[in-house]
Amino acid sequence: MLAQFTFVGLLFLVAALLGILPPALAWLLRPKKPHPRKSEPYECGFYPHGEAWVQYKAQYYIFALAFLIFDVEAVFLFPWALIYNWLPLYAVIEGVLFLLLLLGALLYAWRKGALEWA
Amino acid sequence: MTLTLSHVLFFLFALMVLGGAIAVVTVRNLFHAALWLMLVFFGMAGLYVLLEAPFFAAAQLFIYMGAIGILIIFAIMLTRAFMRQPMPRANEQWWLAALLAAVLLGVIVFLTLRVGLGEVVNARPVPEHTIQILGVTLVDPEGYALAFEVASVLLVMALIGAVTIVRER
Repeated sequence: MLAQFTFVGLLFLVAALLGILPPALAWLLRPKKPHPRKSEPYECGFYPHGEAWVQYKAQYYIFALAFLIFDVEAVFLFPWALIYNWLPLYAVIEGVLFLLLLLGALLYAWRKGALEWA
Repeated sequence: MTLTLSHVLFFLFALMVLGGAIAVVTVRNLFHAALWLMLVFFGMAGLYVLLEAPFFAAAQLFIYMGAIGILIIFAIMLTRAFMRQPMPRANEQWWLAALLAAVLLGVIVFLTLRVGLGEVVNARPVPEHTIQILGVTLVDPEGYALAFEVASVLLVMALIGAVTIVRER
């Protein structure tokens, strides 16, 4: 089993290197002439103002929560979907009931305008 | 006992979990604490892989590191007071947290000693197709069919509750 995860481990390694290598190379190769203007965040020609630590809109939270709920749904459905072809009818109906309940919740949230970006 | 790759990986992930957990409770910036918590979740996923539970590992990554990590970060960024200045490390409830942690540690040590460390190490081999077996037991009426449907109801309740709270603001 662990051998099958070698590729996952390699993928993590390559992904980490892709993130680390370019800044590391740039740090090695760049000429070092610091200037306060150079360390400002790049804002497409605008001067940045205010703090970076700003308060976010509450709507981000409900979107993250909706994502969490359907993420959990996907995790529950995955083992069921994997053996779908071998399932008796009542087991399929159980899964469909699971889905319909959550579809109802999604329609409720939609109807209440929770998915609108206000 | 020879040192195999799984031992090295176990110590790596255990270090990730323990170090990350210490960082979560000691860093003063709550936002950074949330990022450390995500490292703890990642280390837990690695431990699940070593325990040959790939489904739990994937669920850990998707739900805890992906969704709950982001949810915690959004919750922190919603509250202006926390973002302003670093918070003190301990609040008035530290003794309650310490008590609960000590009780949990006691339970784990008690159970481990009762089962016996040798039993834990020489556990039965993991059957193949664990996810398929999980799928069968999830929809089996004599297994967890009721819990499976109740989980759906629980998720519906969470979504409706969240919508209600946001609407009332």
